[in-house]
Amino acid sequence: MAEFEPVLLRRIAKKASPWLEAYRADGGYRALQKALDEMSPGQVVDAVKASGLRGRGGAGFPTGLKWTFLPKDHPGPIYMCINADESEPCTFNNRILMEEDPHQVLEGIILSCYATRAATAYLYLRYEYGRGYRVLQQAIDELYNNNLLGRNILGKDFHLDIFLHRGAGAYICGEETGLIESLEGKRAWPRIKPPFPAVEGAFRKPTVVNNIETVACVTHIIDRGVEWFKSMGVPPDPKNPRDAGSYGPKLYCISGHVNNPCCVELPMGITLRDLVDKHGGGVWKGRKAKGAIPGGISMGIMTEAEFDTPLDFAGPGKVGCLGLGTAAVTVFDEETSIVDVLHNICRFFSHESCGQCTPCREGTGWMLKIAERLRRGQGRLEDLKILEEVGDKIGIMPGTTICGLADGAGWPVKNAIRKFRPEFEQYIRSAEKSSLLELVGGH
Amino acid sequence: MATVYVNDKPVDIGNEKLNLIQAAQKAGVLIPHYCWHPALTVVASCRMCLVEVGERKPDGTVVMQPKVVPGCQTPAKDGTVIQTLTSRAVDAQHQTLEDILLNHPLDCPVCDKAGECMLQDYTYQFGSAKSRMIDEKNTPPNKPYIGDNVTLFTDRCIMCSRCVRFTREVAGTAELQIVNRGHHSEIDIFPGEPLNNKLSTNVVDLCPVGALCSKDFLYKHRVWNLKTKESVCPDCSTGCSIHLDGNKNIVYRLRPRYNPQAQGHFMCDDGRLGYHYVNSIERFLRPTVRREGKLTPLPWTEIASLVRRGFQSAAQKDGTSTVGVLSPFLTCEEAYLLAKFIKGLSPQARLALDSVPIVGEDDTYPKDRRGRPTEPVKFTIRAEKCPNRRGVEAILRHFQGEIISFEQVVRDAVEGRVQALYLAAGYPPRPSGWVSDTQAQGLQRVPLVVCHDLLPSPVSNFAHYVLPGAAWAEKDGTFVNHAGLAQAIHWGITPTGEVRTDGQVFFDLLERRGLAHAPTVRKEMAAEVPYFAALAGSDLGEYGILLESSQG
Repeated sequence: MAEFEPVLLRRIAKKASPWLEAYRADGGYRALQKALDEMSPGQVVDAVKASGLRGRGGAGFPTGLKWTFLPKDHPGPIYMCINADESEPCTFNNRILMEEDPHQVLEGIILSCYATRAATAYLYLRYEYGRGYRVLQQAIDELYNNNLLGRNILGKDFHLDIFLHRGAGAYICGEETGLIESLEGKRAWPRIKPPFPAVEGAFRKPTVVNNIETVACVTHIIDRGVEWFKSMGVPPDPKNPRDAGSYGPKLYCISGHVNNPCCVELPMGITLRDLVDKHGGGVWKGRKAKGAIPGGISMGIMTEAEFDTPLDFAGPGKVGCLGLGTAAVTVFDEETSIVDVLHNICRFFSHESCGQCTPCREGTGWMLKIAERLRRGQGRLEDLKILEEVGDKIGIMPGTTICGLADGAGWPVKNAIRKFRPEFEQYIRSAEKSSLLELVGGH
Repeated sequence: MATVYVNDKPVDIGNEKLNLIQAAQKAGVLIPHYCWHPALTVVASCRMCLVEVGERKPDGTVVMQPKVVPGCQTPAKDGTVIQTLTSRAVDAQHQTLEDILLNHPLDCPVCDKAGECMLQDYTYQFGSAKSRMIDEKNTPPNKPYIGDNVTLFTDRCIMCSRCVRFTREVAGTAELQIVNRGHHSEIDIFPGEPLNNKLSTNVVDLCPVGALCSKDFLYKHRVWNLKTKESVCPDCSTGCSIHLDGNKNIVYRLRPRYNPQAQGHFMCDDGRLGYHYVNSIERFLRPTVRREGKLTPLPWTEIASLVRRGFQSAAQKDGTSTVGVLSPFLTCEEAYLLAKFIKGLSPQARLALDSVPIVGEDDTYPKDRRGRPTEPVKFTIRAEKCPNRRGVEAILRHFQGEIISFEQVVRDAVEGRVQALYLAAGYPPRPSGWVSDTQAQGLQRVPLVVCHDLLPSPVSNFAHYVLPGAAWAEKDGTFVNHAGLAQAIHWGITPTGEVRTDGQVFFDLLERRGLAHAPTVRKEMAAEVPYFAALAGSDLGEYGILLESSQG
């Protein structure tokens, strides 16, 4: 492929000013003007639908389709929630967008609200993003002062208010109904579905929840057109009728044991190996990679042998991962003990499980206890079986929990056990020689 | 009409809106559940009720969903197929139980809930006797003071959140909450805001395990030794249906019994904890007559004929001077028998209604955080603190048409118009008392006073005869609540000492033979008093019978 010119990161790459004047000079709010002048809300929805844009938050649900789930002719209000609770470990693409080019995001929000007829948007920002909060608030103030927010935007019959809402620091607030509950001032316990948020969401009104990067893409779909968006990425697999394809540019985060941790924008479908070698500067200290997490910790683990998998919505699934997730790649080198990786994963999910559903609350706690014991050298071979079984049986896929956190908690654990079993077994066996196990009654 | 297939067995559920747990119940299949309760919102979080679900198409083919679903959250529709015995459903339930037991202490031998614990029952039925966890369990500290009446054994909690939802949705006062996250979640109160609303102890019944315990019952008795009878709470005119748990002549606790016609699922703490006087050592234990200023015990047979003769001679002199005062704590049958006795002495003999205790105003729930009542009302504690005013009034109306108040009787007594007075009291000891010192002084002018009561009062200090009454927990009969609902009460303990049930005493006065058998008397009463005609059957059923009621 010819040299790709970044779109979402275009202004950030040239270190342009984040403020309204500079953004407008770079063609900002052209798309909004175009939409308000020439397109009906329905046409915006159709354009996004035709573009094949899929949610960038992790699940990859088609954005246009999500918008069409809103009830027709609803008397309102309809709410737009923007999910900026970027809490998947090692993911920082939304942060860059919000902090460095806030107007690109805000234009996308305004366009999305125009399309969905939402008159109020809540931007749910994770607490840790203090700078993002200040930048966004200043940008929002600019918009109010320039008739781009509030009543009769750009002189049209379109009104919108955007509120910034800071979370209190919980992974579960990134789940869309958990986010809504948290926004309402409650404990972020994900809701049972149905009803889906599109029917009954925030404050019991129809609600759309979209990711920051998703709405940023909306800006460019309207500005540059559907064909431009579909010109990059991976078309759907004709053999798989459920594959909706992976179009458009995507922000990939690279972190972990690489020489050059960074966030790059590329068309969908780059392989993990290219990403690490060409953009991440290769594995650090001249070592080889042992494996990588392809899209946030909840998506599972890829071994080095699987690095040629393309990172599109369908790719990671083919090697036993849960999906593309947030496309935040974390590499760990060959010196890393998989037992430590497992322990870290278990600790994270045990800490972040909201505690609502029994299988997740107790399952993640149990996995952590086993991982801790394993790491101390008191593991047993049957512990691997238990870990694998728990990893398999918690989540919405087997139906045992309300939200997908448990799937994400189980997936990397069972991936780790299945893909690195010899290493685990060797670790356990080497520890068995000591008498530690007798202390816990393991024999 | 909707047909649901439970484990391949078709069940007609009519047009009711049921979830899968309820639909399966109709087929006699138990889907285990913790967080779901019919009076609370659905959260589907315990994941105990996981079953496999599908749909039977009109052509007979069945399409099953590819995963397990929670039965509490899934509505039963025409053609719904529920499978509780497939390996997937059984595994899911098994797994949930294993998960719940990971951090649940195995302290059943010292746990109050043992014997009626849903975790014990389900583990026995759906779970495994072994845990695969060899690591240490979490041991969060207990919270002995979560409220005046409730204590929390934090480590036993399985996080079903029933108690939290109860305080938010029914009591409305929202004292309980969940703090911390994941497997460190705990039930707690906001500091300084204890669980002290008047419905607080219901969380103990709601708790499926032994986490929330009643301080009143804690460590008093093992539940498998308790004998349970269906009864009615006598503490206010709501007439909550209850389970009366007693053993060896001691009442140990009261629990609400579901009755959609009376109060629903719950009961208030006043009623629940108001039974202690039944076990009181202050109670009268034998019939006594006052001789030379001192109460002297006499056998029942002698006392009965003495009282009867006293009243007969008074009634012969002047019928209107003979007065029977019926307490609203009497059962309908007892009121009927006493009315028969008094009216049998002379048609002019008078019947009066004893004092009706009214305390404050009706207290409705839910309340908001500031304690103001909100709509819709889900529970009412009534100001009228007696169980059977309407029933006794119906008897009075039948026998003499009008209802004479206790105040009127006192006035007549002061003016010397009462020669013989039968006070069937049976009141519990409450701060206000049923008779004031001034009233008692007025009654002192009556030459013959029979005080038939449970506990000493200003009247029993001078009454010529003091007869021990039986408490409601010791007798059978009928109470009619504020709405005209007739419910049966059943004895849970036998009266101690020489105490006889009130009905038996009235039998003796009436010179009837045999035992006072409440259902038989009820039949007789139903035949004679039109108000009670609907009670002619021998059984009032679990929920009682709503009487065609005039103004109450």
